[in-house]
Amino acid sequence: MTEIRDYVAPRSLADALRVLASGPATVLAGGTDLMPQSRAGRVRFAPTLLNVQGIDELRGVARDPGGVQIGALTTITSLLEDPLIRDRAPVLRTACDHFASSQIRNAATLGGNICNASPAGDTLVPLLVLGASVVLASAGPEGIVKRRLPLAEFLVGPGRTARRTDELLVAVQAPLPPAGWVDRYLKFGARPALDISAIALAVGGTLREGRLEDARIAFGAVAPTAIRASEAERVLSEGPLDRARIDRAVEAADATIRPISDVRASDWYRRELVHNLLRRVLNDVCDA
Amino acid sequence: MSAMLEIEFRLNGVVQRTAVAADMSALEMLRDVLGLTGTKYGCGEGECGACTITVDGRTVNSCLMFAVDCNGREVQTIEGLSATPLGERLNHSLVAHGAVQCGFCTPGFMMQAQQVLAEHPHASREEIQRGLEGNLCRCTGYRKIIDAVEAVAHPTASAE
Ligand SMILES: Cc1cc2nc3c(=O)[nH]c(=O)nc-3n(C[C@H](O)[C@H](O)[C@H](O)COP(=O)(O)OP(=O)(O)OC[C@H]3O[C@@H](n4cnc5c(N)ncnc54)[C@H](O)[C@@H]3O)c2cc1C
Ligand code: FES
Ligand code: FES
Repeated sequence: MTEIRDYVAPRSLADALRVLASGPATVLAGGTDLMPQSRAGRVRFAPTLLNVQGIDELRGVARDPGGVQIGALTTITSLLEDPLIRDRAPVLRTACDHFASSQIRNAATLGGNICNASPAGDTLVPLLVLGASVVLASAGPEGIVKRRLPLAEFLVGPGRTARRTDELLVAVQAPLPPAGWVDRYLKFGARPALDISAIALAVGGTLREGRLEDARIAFGAVAPTAIRASEAERVLSEGPLDRARIDRAVEAADATIRPISDVRASDWYRRELVHNLLRRVLNDVCDA
Repeated sequence: MSAMLEIEFRLNGVVQRTAVAADMSALEMLRDVLGLTGTKYGCGEGECGACTITVDGRTVNSCLMFAVDCNGREVQTIEGLSATPLGERLNHSLVAHGAVQCGFCTPGFMMQAQQVLAEHPHASREEIQRGLEGNLCRCTGYRKIIDAVEAVAHPTASAE
């Protein structure tokens, strides 16, 4: 473990960004990843520990012109309890309901889940299906500079993101799905609570006259990052949702994923799970 | 050694000032610095719930929380809960239902039971079971613990 020389807990975003601009700092939110990872020696602390929990403007769910904006410090529990998420983005709510334990959901933040960039991160799969972007802020010569990046581009590899060291993830922005939207989320692990997913998947789209339009499929834990299965999405968007098309979509998804073998499941088993669960979910949407 | 910080927070209703290392967990602070050993160290990884405390009214695993992050907050431990009417009822119910064997998990279960009852004052068996998912017990097989919490959630039903 490395030593922390300085600890700062600013109350405003501008102050936090000044700290990030002035030298290497480790960002602390809920700590549910940072504490065990630093103890295990998997992450080294930068000289400054920057606790962002005091920045209230980074907390909460609000409507915005593009849909919904979720502050980076919003906890998984707050997401679970939010009426807008429940009514308009149920796929995200379902994923939060499958997230760890009550104690962890109370501490874990959305921003921490995204910046930790685990291939199995539970909020990533529904956010990919919703077409979410992340909002990153940094200190510029004339004040706060913000940039937006699609979540799929932000996730670079296991534990790796496109965040620059002087940036803070401040929010997630997602369009709210249109009328007629259907979605499904499934997480598969050995036990219901506290389990890192063996695989997770989400499907979304607008059901119109037997077609799943603007179909979206995302997977967790079957590639170096959570991913969209664009080829399978294209197959689904091309015509009526029937058994033959579902078979072709499953084949296309199989070509996209790159599962590993680890303690939770073998490569072969993960592929079997993807085949069976994707087929089950699409059949379910088809019959709806 | 990491930087030492002065922090101030409310602990079981009383203002507490103390110095902690920047990389210390809230669990280490409670047990090793403040001498409150009711909160247990089971796994140190968020898996067992033995270290459950309440921060600003919500339960968290104190082994995953940085002690410095307690600054300015309202913290409750099992020592605080035990002195409340709900704490006493939970305590008696656990004993009456034979839900305590070695007792190592009991403080964590009591803290989390308080959270479940705050969310669902008349929690169903299923709600209790789900709410306690983050707490492990290697002795009782859970049924008696769930029975005990259920009896507190439905006092008249179990009095029959
Ligand atoms: C027992 C256990 C079970 C778990 N179960 C699950 C599960 O079921 N599903 C799941 O997805 N995860 C799970 N996790 C992982 C973890 O709880 C989540 O990833 C959580 O969302 C992390 O959020 P946090 O606020 O605690 O992040 P922290 O630990 O504070 O931070 C995580 C990382 O992100 C960085 N960071 C945090 N916020 C920001 C920000 N705003 N800007 C820039 N960088 C930032 C930190 O520097 C750190 O590198 C589990 C963890 C444990 C210990
Ligand atoms: S000691 Fe904290 S969860 Fe086990
Ligand atoms: S009574 Fe021994 S661990 Fe629960």
